Parts: sequence; C-alpha cells; structure tokens
Amino acid sequence: MDTPIIAITQLTRRFKETTAVDNLSLEVRAGEIFGFLGHNGAGKTTTVRLLNGVIEPTSGSMTVLGLNPQADGPRLRARTGVLTETPSLDERLTAWDNLSIYADLYGVQNKNVNQRVSELLTEFELANRAKERVSGYSKGMKQRLALARALLHKPELLFLDEPTSGLDPVAARHVNELIERLARRENRSVFLCTHNLVEAQKLCDRVAILEHGRLVALGTPAELTRQYVRQLEVEVEVGEEQMGAASQILQRLPDLVIGEPVQTKENLIATLVGREAIPDLLAALMQNNMRVYRIAAQEADLEQVYFTLHGEKEAMK
Amino acid sequence: MNWRAIFAIVRKDLKVVMQNKGVLLPITIIPLVLFVVLPWLTALAPKLVNVAGVSFSQLDELIARMPTALQQELAGYDLSQKVIVFFLVYMLAPLFLIIPLMVASVIAADSFAGEKERKTLEALLFTPTTDRELFIAKLLSAWLPAVAVALIGFILYAVMANAAAWSVMHHLFFPNSMWLSLIIWVVPAVAGFGLGVMVLVSARAQGFQDAYQLGSVVVVPVLLLVVGQISGVMYFSVGVVLLLGLVVWLLTSLLLFFGSRSFRRGKLLLS
Repeated sequence: MDTPIIAITQLTRRFKETTAVDNLSLEVRAGEIFGFLGHNGAGKTTTVRLLNGVIEPTSGSMTVLGLNPQADGPRLRARTGVLTETPSLDERLTAWDNLSIYADLYGVQNKNVNQRVSELLTEFELANRAKERVSGYSKGMKQRLALARALLHKPELLFLDEPTSGLDPVAARHVNELIERLARRENRSVFLCTHNLVEAQKLCDRVAILEHGRLVALGTPAELTRQYVRQLEVEVEVGEEQMGAASQILQRLPDLVIGEPVQTKENLIATLVGREAIPDLLAALMQNNMRVYRIAAQEADLEQVYFTLHGEKEAMK
Repeated sequence: MNWRAIFAIVRKDLKVVMQNKGVLLPITIIPLVLFVVLPWLTALAPKLVNVAGVSFSQLDELIARMPTALQQELAGYDLSQKVIVFFLVYMLAPLFLIIPLMVASVIAADSFAGEKERKTLEALLFTPTTDRELFIAKLLSAWLPAVAVALIGFILYAVMANAAAWSVMHHLFFPNSMWLSLIIWVVPAVAGFGLGVMVLVSARAQGFQDAYQLGSVVVVPVLLLVVGQISGVMYFSVGVVLLLGLVVWLLTSLLLFFGSRSFRRGKLLLS
C-alpha cells in the first residue's frame, strides 16, 4: 500500500489567463481508491489529462506507474484505463464494435479480443444488447459500456471522472459496487474524480480536495473530518419536564456550546465547539440534576469538511 | 508504428461513416451521376444535338478552338466520334477529380471535426496510440475510401462510357494513357490534397458542417481546370497530367506537413 503509483510535484497547468492546476503536489499509493474532489472547474479533469500525457504541464513534474507521462505517454496509457466525464462512445456503432475496436487500440491479443469483449459485456449486463447501436442505450448503459471499455486491457490504474454523474440511484450504486470490487478484489488502483461527497466518503481510502486548481486538503475522510470539522452537533435527550431547564444550562456554557440550543419535541440539539466538549457538557447537566437519557453526536462527514473548506476560502476572498 | 491500432481507427471511422447518411449520400450520388448518367447522356448527344438546338457545326467549332495537339488526337474520328471522345475522354477528366477530392474532404471532415463534435475524440486520445499514429490513421480513414471510390468509379465509368458509345465508336476507346496517368498519379494526390485542406480546416472548425463548408473551397482549383479545358486554354495531355500530379503532390506534402505539426492530442482536445 505504500508504493506511490502517482507522484506529483508542484504541477501547474495554465490556459491563457486561467490556472487550471496550481502548484499541485500529492502522492497516490498502489491499491487505494483515491478521491479527487472539487466543484466543476476545480481542475480535476485537467489533472487526469496531465497524468495520462494527453496535455502537457506548464511547470512541475509527475510520475505515474513509474513513467513520465510527457515522455512515455503511449506506454503509460497502455497501463491506465480512463473513464472520461462524458462516455465518449461512438453512438452510431454497436456496443460490440465499440469494445472490439478499442481492444485493438489497447493491444488486447488478437486471439483474446472476442472472449474479452464478450466477458465484459456479460459482466456489465449488456450482452443481450451487444449488437444494438449505442445511440439507443440509456445513460446508465452508456456509462457501463464506457467503464467496460476502460477495463478492456486490465489496467493497473483506473482514472474515473465523475463515474456516476447523471445516473439514477440504482445505476450509481451498481457503478460504485463495481469500483469497490475492482479496487478491493482485483487490487487495481483507482483515481476517482468526483463532486459527489457521499460517494467519496463511502468509497475512498484517501481524498484530496481541490479548489480552483489548488490542493486545499489531503488525507483519509476521517482525518479530514477531525482536522477541519471542529464543531459538532449533538442531540441531548432529557426528561420532558426538564427540557427548558436543560436548555438554559446549555446556554450558560458558552465555552462549550455555540449559540442557542434548538428545542424539539423529543430532545435538544446543540452545536458544540468540538468533540472534547461532550464530557464537560454531560458533567454540567449531571451537576444540575438533569436526567440525561441520551447524548448522540452526529459524526462529521466529508460534506462538512468540503463546505468548511469552501467557507474558509470564500471568507478569505 | 502500431499498424493494428492504426487500422482499428480506420475501421472505426469507416464504420461510423457508413452509418452517416449525410456523408454517405454525397459520396454515392455524385459518382453515380458522373460515372453512369453522364456517359449515357454524352453518348446520346449526337442524336440529341438538333433537339437541343445545337448543331453539329457548333460542336465542330468548339473542338476547333481546342489546342492543336488535342485536335490532332481527334483527327482520325468522324464528327460524332469526335464529340464523344472530346467529352467523355477529355472534358470529363478534370471533372473526375472532384470525386476523390469530395470523398476525401467529406470523410475527413467527419473524421476530424465530426469526431470532435460528437465528443468521441477524448476516449481515442487516452489510448496508447502516438500522435503520429493517430494522424496517419485519420489520414488513411479518408484517403483509402477516396482512392477506392475513384478507382471503382473509374472502372464503372470505363464500362459505361464504352457501352454507351459503342454504337458510335465501334471499338473500346476508353481508357487511354492520359486517363491511366490520371488515375495512378493524380487521383491519389488530389485525395491527399482534399485531406490536407480538411486537416487544417478541421482544427479550427467546431463540427462536421462547419468544416465541410469551410473546406468546400478545395473544389475551386478543379473547377478552374474544367473551365481552362472548355475554353481551350489547355487540355489534359499525358504531359499536363503528369505535371499536374507533381504540383498536387507538392501542395499535398506541404499541407500535410503543416497539418501534422498542428496535430497534437493536447491541441485537439482543447480546440
């Protein structure tokens, strides 16, 4: 898990006045699902293109699978598979043609082409419509076919650019299960570009968050939530007759509680300054003879990390 | 050079073209008109001259305005035969060049600009092909069918011209050495020229129609050759054809040289 499969150092790519990737440095380890998060236009697609030697950097260096994408582009691309943001399929051709032609392009051995294509069409549940034109396919089917195409040559490293974008929840889950299987069972490394934070939280071993081409955070989802989301929301359940009193107690703890607690039918919802405030809060309630039935902290997730970072950036502007 | 990958792209582009009526119709209908309809119309000309209000003497005058060398080549024929040989052998020769030019341009527009428009280019750019392999594949995708259509058209035209004019000519008069030079030497060059123009145009065009319209100027030199021949300024002798081929090959080489320099996957993606 420790060998870097991608190593990027101070990578920058400018397009005229716009800096799409700005001084980016990071490493991706072999076998991990690496989430590359950012809003539209954050520089995710540009980074994928740079890492595959499709476009050249303005400055900086990178190695992917031990190769320099600029100098060894063709050799590198023979070992990577890319699912582009749009499926980029020839819609006038059948699924079979789309795959068999790309099998030739990716150098799948001649004698294995039919078998490999057939195998993937079956695996992606497209076999019964393999001879139909892709133009008649649903969005989910097209996405599955594009993913199958990226896997034709059994790449060591997969770049997936918004793989579930525009898919219905069932199709999205199917794609996510597939990504997980590829990484966990088949030991492929996955570089997952997404702005779907729930998906990233669920799938990724580590994530990088990009903002206007700049890396603003890097780590496991748990590390990032600990690092960036200090505030914590807790639900406090006390006896119904003690709700008002409990609320007043919480309001008298400005070092622990931010703002006024919200009183609902069943409990109080309070925002704490951090996880470390929970024992003190509990102690204060007990000292005031409150009968506490439950304190539930809502775990922070990547979404909160993302919006915290985004808020910080906006505030700095 | 990865020829398997190159021919995979050629196969892909040809399959896509075969599914596109907008591309397929012009490259089928125009050759059919030129190679089938025109020979029969021309062969009927001697019978129709009076109906059309044109007299044989007017056609004779037209031929008399042609260069001396052409008149010498027509010397052994009677007037009806002269009309047929003049039109089917000499007048149609420059017009024939429209076929490889048009087929190459239409397919190249679809292959270069059309692919960009359909957003199918990106997947291709992420394959292990080099820029040069991609460029050669794209050239062959348009050049091979252009030359093939011209060759098939030539054979069809030879059959049609001889069949249609048999009652007047009484012998096989087509092709002559000029036509063989045209097919072997000029047609491949002209197909390359159409391609070269389209490569440069497609780099700036946003889609197939855009590229096709911009690139349609390629027929202008051919039309000038047609006009030059009708007006008697020049005629397609073997020497002229060989020289024409040389000029077109040189222009094609220049266009493809500049085209290949601008053909970088990064540029294609961002244009």
